[in-house]
Amino acid sequence: MSGGTDVSGGTDVSLVQVTDLSVEFGDLRAVDCLSFGLARGAALALVGESGSGKSTVASALLGLHRGTGARVGGSIEVAGADVQRASDDELRRLRGAKAAMVFQDPLSSLDPYYAIGDQIAEVYRVHTRVSRRAARARAVDVLDRVGIPDAVRRSRSRPHEFSGGMRQRALIAMALACEPDLLIADEPTTALDVTVQAQILDLLHTLREETGMGLLLVTHDVGVAAESVDEVLVMRHGRRVEHGPVADVLSAPAQTYTRELLAAVPRVDARRGASVTGGDDAGVAGEEGAGVAAGAVSAVSAVSAVSAAEVGAGGPDGRPEVTGDVVLEATGLRREFGRGKRAFAAVDGVSLAIRRGETLGVVGESGSGKTTLGRMLVGLLEPTAGEVRYDGHARVGVHPAVQMVFQDPVSSLNPRRSVGESIADPLRARGERDEKRIRGRVTELLERVGLEGAHYDRYPHEFSGGQRQRVGIARALAADPRVIVCDEPVSALDVTTQAQVVALLGELQRELGLALVFVAHDLAVVRQVSDRVAVMRRGRIVESGPADEVYDNPQDPYTKQLLAAVPSLDPQVAARRRVARRELAVA
Amino acid sequence: MSGFGGFLVRRGIGTVITLLAISVIVYVVFYATPGNVAQITCGPRCSPEQVHQVAQQLRLDDPLYVRYWHFLEGLVAGQDYSTGTSVEHCPAPCLGLSYQTDRQVMDIILTKLPVSLSLVLGAMVLWLVLGVGTGVLSAWRRGRFTERLLTALTLAGWATPVFVIGLVLMIVVCGELQLLPFPQYVKLTDDPEQWAWNLLLPWLSLALIEAAAFARLTRASMLETLAEDHIRTFRAYGVAERAIVGRHALRGALAPVIALNANNVGSAIGGAVLTETLFGLPGIGQELVHAVNVVDLPVVVGMVLVIGFFVVLANAVADVLYAVADRRVVLT
Repeated sequence: MSGGTDVSGGTDVSLVQVTDLSVEFGDLRAVDCLSFGLARGAALALVGESGSGKSTVASALLGLHRGTGARVGGSIEVAGADVQRASDDELRRLRGAKAAMVFQDPLSSLDPYYAIGDQIAEVYRVHTRVSRRAARARAVDVLDRVGIPDAVRRSRSRPHEFSGGMRQRALIAMALACEPDLLIADEPTTALDVTVQAQILDLLHTLREETGMGLLLVTHDVGVAAESVDEVLVMRHGRRVEHGPVADVLSAPAQTYTRELLAAVPRVDARRGASVTGGDDAGVAGEEGAGVAAGAVSAVSAVSAVSAAEVGAGGPDGRPEVTGDVVLEATGLRREFGRGKRAFAAVDGVSLAIRRGETLGVVGESGSGKTTLGRMLVGLLEPTAGEVRYDGHARVGVHPAVQMVFQDPVSSLNPRRSVGESIADPLRARGERDEKRIRGRVTELLERVGLEGAHYDRYPHEFSGGQRQRVGIARALAADPRVIVCDEPVSALDVTTQAQVVALLGELQRELGLALVFVAHDLAVVRQVSDRVAVMRRGRIVESGPADEVYDNPQDPYTKQLLAAVPSLDPQVAARRRVARRELAVA
Repeated sequence: MSGFGGFLVRRGIGTVITLLAISVIVYVVFYATPGNVAQITCGPRCSPEQVHQVAQQLRLDDPLYVRYWHFLEGLVAGQDYSTGTSVEHCPAPCLGLSYQTDRQVMDIILTKLPVSLSLVLGAMVLWLVLGVGTGVLSAWRRGRFTERLLTALTLAGWATPVFVIGLVLMIVVCGELQLLPFPQYVKLTDDPEQWAWNLLLPWLSLALIEAAAFARLTRASMLETLAEDHIRTFRAYGVAERAIVGRHALRGALAPVIALNANNVGSAIGGAVLTETLFGLPGIGQELVHAVNVVDLPVVVGMVLVIGFFVVLANAVADVLYAVADRRVVLT
């Protein structure tokens, strides 16, 4: 079998056939009359935002809802087994042997107490009657196959001794152990850095070429789908929106929702504000900054036009030119964690300046020190060396004019206090005691961020993720800041919500003349919001400058590597990049 | 210093500091206790002169810090005591003499401790087997009849006082059915078989109550682990439920059980007074209660230090077990 690009040729040997599938949890209908098929060796992506039911479908294929109280209707056939009617034993023989699943979070998906090799061997022995020794050898085999160096020794390691990418490789190795016909991958790269994501997607691609197994990929990321599959099924509210070959769906979406979804995806290769074509007929962006239809993105772009003019380019060493209206400035910031031999510098000599009304994007992978940097800028962490100057004065501790918006809108709001109370905190901290004025100001702030004044007495769990992030922004605004440091403000949100929150930040910046520091791992989002960009790696800024310069003409090899790893929405471009990545890896 | 040796040294130092702190607290508390210690020690019929003599002999009139210093001296260097007619040497580490009996406190501890250890360690084996077993079973059979039955039983066990369970056991097993003689402590070294038979009922009555707590904890902990992602992985790979519960979930669920066990073993050594009293076992708990009643300070301090030592020891063992069970744990 060859790579699985033949969708039509293999329909008679159907691997998966789902007919009128519906899954209900209590009153919630998570999946509603969904039908699709997958030919042997073919690859299909289920794409949708959170709550679209895509992961539920994946679980249903293996009958994982059995015994959980969920009601599953319709028929599911996987590799010749009728999942709905199969006995528990028949189902166990299907799971892992004919259809294997790879999960989102590779750390929590492996048992922390056992060695990786033992876990794979255990699964292998469930389906084959071989000796322990033979199973162990098989485990080493598959670990080697997925590119784990020194597999014999590493098979004795426990999951926590592996890096994120290695763990995901190990989980894929477990899936390969019994040579299944179908691999179900549920958000396999969502917890990973972009360069690691590219490696894992490339690995899946290679394995599929070699083994001819079918792939069902569940993802929220259209780019990941474009990289990996032949067909796309777009889901929303448990229903099918659109289903077709990946190139067709992404380049000429037939449905409005698909168009909106695609439009909201930030493009790493589109200039900020360079290409805004309104309306529904916007095509998919080509390689060179074609139409981005999102009104949201255009709103942001307009914002920065104000400040872009007065923004000087950063110096070559990350030290910005100090001209004009610098609000916040950091020089030689360093922060160490741990003591003695274990001490390491999370941030190691970072200097930067932020001007009034501009957005500085700080981009980097996990462990690059970007969050530590953000916290030092706000004063939540004291630097080990270096200083932060606000308005030209050295500053210790927090300052009301420098506020922060946090990544996780769920855990950064106290669940036991109403959102109004949370927003009022900075006001009370400033000494405001007049309840009437506090309430008035909070109502104003709530309305300002697109919520209602009446939401004052509601609690965080009553809001959606995007709304909670709006609450977080309102809280940051309460102290009348001049600088807001946003630490991954949209990474927990769906793309359409992401675009709205980004647009709101832009609007606020324009109106209030705020300076924004936008810390994120997502290169595309950072490009769409930033005037200037600083790329961080291992606590240092490896490259900085005006956003377009850095993105269009990256100088540092690491920046180049990062940009090459970003998934493209165009399958052909994705294939070209895959080749380019292989060359980069060899070089 | 690193590794296991470093861990032992650090824990050793920590233990000494903890025990010293405990002894200071006991001294201060007793110093602040109202009532004439000399009068109590001498007895109600003593004349004022006799009481005065006792107070001098026991150095009760010295200031607190002098008495405490005296105690530390005894610990490090040993101490000579005059008991009126003769002089008795108490070798280091000397915990002093009982006000009441003039026996060396160390002797008292060495006679009482084997009783308490026999009771508690034996009961521990029972409560772990019963408790963890029940907990695993009720987590596995969640929502079914088995679980409801087990839950009802464990709650009943938890709610019943030890002397009720113990009395009922004694009346039924020894009285009505005459399966066992009424318990009487026999030394392990004298006759191991009789030791075990005589301790069976005390073990059972102490263990049944403890087992209830362990069953609840194990059940909750198992349910939490069963909801974790890696359990889902093994289900999705066709691993049988028995193996999932027995291998993967149980191991993850054991950490809180180890912690609770350390606490309970440590405190039961001095705290199983009711069981000791009911079955006439001359253990640490009984002796401690008696010593407190007669304000026998050296005995109280000695007993409390022994109990403190075992609590610290049990927790250190628990930490080692954590590290054995979970390689991510680093001993510090």
